[in-house]
Amino acid sequence: MASSTAPSAESSEPVLAPGHTYATVTDKISAIVLRKKTGRRWWVGFLLAFFLVNVLFVSLAYLLSAGVGIWGVRTPVMWGFAIVNFVWWIGIGHAGTLISAILLLLKQQWRTSINRFAEAMTLFAVSCAGLFPLIHMGRWWLFYWLFPYPNTMDMWPQWRSPLVWDAFAVSTYATVSLLFWYVGLIPDVATLRDRARNRFAQIGYGILAMGWRGSARHWARYQTAYLLLAALATPLVVSVHTIVSWDFALAIMPGWHSTIFPPYFVAGAIYSGFAMVLTLALPLRKAYSLEDFITERHVDNMAKVLLATGLIVTYGYVMEAFFAWYGDNPYERFMLLQERPFGDYSHTYWMLIASNCTVVQILWLPAARRNVWLVWCISIVVNVGMWLERYVIIVTSLHKDYLPSSWDVYHGTFWDYATFYGSIGLFATLLFIFVRFLPVISMAEMRELVHHADEATEANPSQPAIQEGAEP
Amino acid sequence: MKDLSTHEHGRTLWRSLEELADSDEFHDLLVREFPSTAPQFLDPTTRRQFLRVMAASLALAGVTGCAYQPAEEIVPYVTQPPRITPGKPLHFATAVPLDGFGVGVLVESHEGRPSRIEGNPAHPASLGAADSFSQAAVLDLYDRDRSQVVLHRGRVSTWNDFHAFLTNEMTRLKATKGDGLRILTGTVTSPTVAALMRELQAAYPAARWHAHDPVGRRNTRLGAIQAFGREVEAISHLENADVIVSLDADFLAWGPARLRDARRFADRREPNDQRGMNRLYVAEPAPTITGAMADHRLAVRASEVASIARMLAQSLQGNEIAAETPHGSWVASLASDLKSHRGKSLVLVGESQPAEVHALAHAINALLDSSGKTVTYHDAVCASPINDESSLATLTSDIAAGKVSLLLMLGVNPGYDAPIDLDFKRSLKLMDSGGHTSIHLGPYADETAQLCAWHLPQAHFLESWNDIRAFDGSATIQQPLIKPLYEGQTTAQVIASLLGRLNESSLNLVRKYWQGVMKSGFDAAWRAAVHDGVVAGSNAKRVDVKPKALAELLEADQKHPEASALEICFRPDSTIWDGQFANSGWLQELPKPITKLTWDNALRISPADASRWQLRNEQVVELTFKASTLRTSVWIDPGHASGSMTLSLGYGRTQAGRVGSGQGFNAYALRTSTTLWHGDGVEIKPTQSHHPLATTQHFHNMAGRDLVRATTFEEFRANPQFADHHENPEHGGLSLYPGHPYDGHKWGMSINLNRCIGCNACVTACQTENNIPVVGKDEVAAGRAMHWIRVDRYYEGDDPNSPDAIYHQPVPCMHCENAPCELVCPVNATVHDSEGLNVMVYNRCVGTRYCGNNCPYKVRRFNYFGYTENQPDNLKLLHNPEVTVRTRGVMEKCTYCVQRIVEHRINVEKEDRPIRDGEFMTACQAACPTRAIVFGDLNDKTSAVSKAKQDPRDYGLLEELNTRPRTTYLAKLTNPKAEE
Repeated sequence: MASSTAPSAESSEPVLAPGHTYATVTDKISAIVLRKKTGRRWWVGFLLAFFLVNVLFVSLAYLLSAGVGIWGVRTPVMWGFAIVNFVWWIGIGHAGTLISAILLLLKQQWRTSINRFAEAMTLFAVSCAGLFPLIHMGRWWLFYWLFPYPNTMDMWPQWRSPLVWDAFAVSTYATVSLLFWYVGLIPDVATLRDRARNRFAQIGYGILAMGWRGSARHWARYQTAYLLLAALATPLVVSVHTIVSWDFALAIMPGWHSTIFPPYFVAGAIYSGFAMVLTLALPLRKAYSLEDFITERHVDNMAKVLLATGLIVTYGYVMEAFFAWYGDNPYERFMLLQERPFGDYSHTYWMLIASNCTVVQILWLPAARRNVWLVWCISIVVNVGMWLERYVIIVTSLHKDYLPSSWDVYHGTFWDYATFYGSIGLFATLLFIFVRFLPVISMAEMRELVHHADEATEANPSQPAIQEGAEP
Repeated sequence: MKDLSTHEHGRTLWRSLEELADSDEFHDLLVREFPSTAPQFLDPTTRRQFLRVMAASLALAGVTGCAYQPAEEIVPYVTQPPRITPGKPLHFATAVPLDGFGVGVLVESHEGRPSRIEGNPAHPASLGAADSFSQAAVLDLYDRDRSQVVLHRGRVSTWNDFHAFLTNEMTRLKATKGDGLRILTGTVTSPTVAALMRELQAAYPAARWHAHDPVGRRNTRLGAIQAFGREVEAISHLENADVIVSLDADFLAWGPARLRDARRFADRREPNDQRGMNRLYVAEPAPTITGAMADHRLAVRASEVASIARMLAQSLQGNEIAAETPHGSWVASLASDLKSHRGKSLVLVGESQPAEVHALAHAINALLDSSGKTVTYHDAVCASPINDESSLATLTSDIAAGKVSLLLMLGVNPGYDAPIDLDFKRSLKLMDSGGHTSIHLGPYADETAQLCAWHLPQAHFLESWNDIRAFDGSATIQQPLIKPLYEGQTTAQVIASLLGRLNESSLNLVRKYWQGVMKSGFDAAWRAAVHDGVVAGSNAKRVDVKPKALAELLEADQKHPEASALEICFRPDSTIWDGQFANSGWLQELPKPITKLTWDNALRISPADASRWQLRNEQVVELTFKASTLRTSVWIDPGHASGSMTLSLGYGRTQAGRVGSGQGFNAYALRTSTTLWHGDGVEIKPTQSHHPLATTQHFHNMAGRDLVRATTFEEFRANPQFADHHENPEHGGLSLYPGHPYDGHKWGMSINLNRCIGCNACVTACQTENNIPVVGKDEVAAGRAMHWIRVDRYYEGDDPNSPDAIYHQPVPCMHCENAPCELVCPVNATVHDSEGLNVMVYNRCVGTRYCGNNCPYKVRRFNYFGYTENQPDNLKLLHNPEVTVRTRGVMEKCTYCVQRIVEHRINVEKEDRPIRDGEFMTACQAACPTRAIVFGDLNDKTSAVSKAKQDPRDYGLLEELNTRPRTTYLAKLTNPKAEE
């Protein structure tokens, strides 16, 4: 890596289990892809996910042929599951870039073992997210009208609309995330190319490796590019969800029209993103015996981030209600102080408070942060809670706005759920394929960690030395 | 092109059209795309150049247009028919029948297709307005479920076969002077039909004419006979009435003069009127739109209305009302009000009340010196026979006795809507099994047609010649606008065929009659009558009659209703009436003014009764009434009288057509000939099942918001600015930016809540004008009704059993100056135009629905499915060609009828004059019976809308959001009696 500092002195635990060499790290990680047989559990998981993808395909085919009327959207609540899912997925897609870029710039080395699949997860989450605004349009085949392109109508998009900014924000984010992930993959793909035994894999990985030979010049350029991309991606972490929040904050609906939305959405995104990383990392760690690379320290750190962002989000909820009360706008008071906590959707609101604000407080206890099962369960609860948060914001705010004559209650239909679960299937399928064909942990960066560990040992012989060639 | 212009002589050769066109000028033209051609036209040299270029580009356009065209033969007009200019609609006067009476209308016709109905200002029953029934008649015309061919025992037959059969029968009947021939019709006011019937009765003296009309005017007529000893028509003059009392009379929605009464009533709701505001007292069981307009509304069981009338009569005679009498104080207060408005008051009684109450009201009106002032009496309008209680009963007993050998039912459906105790279906089966023949003429092969030997398709009034009278006897000659779409004939034609005049044209029949009436100068008079929509001088003569004394009428027996017995009321439905409109999608989907239900009727019960039986909305109950049972869904109706419940007629049809069959619950299954309108002793049994109902409004109070601003007339005089809550930024100037100047027109609308009665005429008007699709019950329930203008209904007050007020508020698009929808559209599909309209560009819309979410008025409607796809071809004929039919995935909303604005802008440009105020109206404005909607140019300070906006009552809905709506409201005033 660009930084060559040793693990900080106060972190008592290593971010890599002792006893690893360059070879063991590479062996262990590349074996998942190259040597091990495709396990039964992988197949079960993959087929389940693939079934859901087919559910998605059927839902989409029906949707695109019949129209968005197959969903529960109706007159006061014209946005429903599609936008809820969009915001949820895009929020999940925040963790990858945050871990990769911001933590990289902040020189947090513990990020190394989780950044690869966090980035992959980001990419897949953004793919799922990008799907929803597209398919929720009444005339989805004209989606490109949201972009400025030369046309005979001399028409440009309407720049005052946050949806246009959104189209740019999300597509930029998806592009940068893809590049960042792919650039990071190049040295590892080259390793796989070199180690692959079958011809097909050699060619495949060879193409992806883009002629990587591991020369010093390659490494120097690679690291500069990676750092530049990290710097480029960093503002995006903040900008994307800020702009997504403007979709709501710029509207005049009570419950949407709020200046607190941008920071509160960004915090929420990081919250849900970290929760999803934990949800995925912990089973992966178990399934492929990666405890050496994803140590308890990782779990502990991520739990801390979860707690911190959870508290920010809680602060957001409190302030939202406070402003409604303090602002004395009757419509906002009605929405935030009466309708959300006690109205038709009060159950979703209280479930959201319980999931996002209450449960996470357990993580104040150090023991809880190290209990993998507990952290995993909390991460699931947070994922659900963050979905509910978007549901509460979008649906509850719209269902009772200004004129009581138009008030109505919205519920998702079968096809709403099918599309949502289908998108989870798409996400999972992509992840399963990723786990099977690409290294889930960056081998190159792990080798650097080994290198740093060696340096540290040399500098400080009182630390336990990594034994050459020892089996982990 | 340069080459061409230099080679003035000799032949010019070019190899391709591109070469011909390929010049700098042409390129310039392409670049500029839309060149401003005017200066070039002034300069002769460039003009030539321009024409050449144009010719070349046209030649190119021809080349690109060389797509393969399917070979189809078209037949152009060889000679242009007179008056038809393609693209220009024509308007023809006619009248729409309902319950036998006509309302004059003007029908718009595009290239021979009638597409829209508006009121005829020259007709006394319309005064330019048209209600939903009248406007929806054009949809019936194109209904593909309408009966198309003659059916003989369910098989397709022909008019010739029928005529052959009929000729035989008539020959047989001739011998017995028509004994055994029975004719059953609805209420008949048609002079032609009446004359033909007289002719028939002369030829067949033993034949009998029966009448059956499920709604009819039986009690009104019998009441007049009781009071005056003869048949008279009472015509109200509400313009002269300061105090109006309605005893279960929904006169704003029911009755042949409903539109005229509504206008006259509303004219007296203006606070600035010299004569002051009128005051309305209503006593009724279920809330109606009339009840919603009341200054004093009393919810009573229908059976108690008679005792209220009696109490009122006694009180007016000077008798004290005992303090403990139920509703005594209400009646006492009313009586004192009436006494102080002698000669300026009117008591009205609804058809649903028995004849005695009508007679009492006539006597009260005489006592109060109203005759000749607020009410006048005229000769009867209906042709005999009269639909009395015994008419259909006599027919059924005669059928049972085998006395009827040939039964003709003309335009009626007794197989569905006859009182259940007469069991008319059984009678029809008896006819069949007894070897006798029943013949049905009707617009649909309905429930009756199924049980008849012959069914004859009836011609729609828009495709045949008929005539009809209005409430005051004014006759209208109904002219056809289109050749019959199917093989229908009119009632008059069928009666003529009984007289041996087979296949005589409907025109001939009507013409012959009027030839006899108009005599000299017939051609001119006929022409004038057909053109104007009214036959001049045909109204009923005024008669001078005096009712019996009140004392005499009060002596008659009085029935005391059992206070404990549960009452059921039957009322015509607000949208599908007695069931004749069941197959009209427009009317089925029209929210009922009070309940806001669509596609269903339901048992309306008071909140108190609902808690008594622990009933919820949509719960199914089993009603037992006089040995009949019916399962129906429940709808809790704030303001309904306790101990009473109401079920509207017209639903539960089995043979209505694809739209109407199977909707709702058949109230006729409980309705007996002695309890036509209400009866005591119904039993209610809750069940556990649930029948979903589709309503367009789920929340019924204003949640403490200033949406409908209302006060009393007294308060208003003390504080005329009461509706101005100072949120209008035009007064305060909240914007950083200067407003758009609007040099030309600046359109705006004002809706007067004081005049609006919530009748829904505007909703249907908008639907017909703007090609708004019908979406069906499931989609309405899914919150996707497409109406561009809706009428919101709110209750005020804390007690749901007696709300302090029921308000109606029409909500079209507000065309906000700071439109929240425009800001959020990502593709510029909704923008402001130069005349202030918030316009929707359908072909630019991609359907993100962001605008719909951000509209605080929720007036934007989205095509969730392709509602206009897969429409049957004949319904496509109905479309207004001036308005785009929207596709799936597109947002739509009120446009202020921009097509009408554009049409008139073009017209005045041709005539080189400004648009005059009131020269054209939006569709909702044109239909409104009370003229509650005013539209016009805000830049014209003298326009009606500008003046309305100067009114101190003017306020904008949700104006505090700084949307600066262009549609504003005039606050509502009530005029309750001052406390004594």
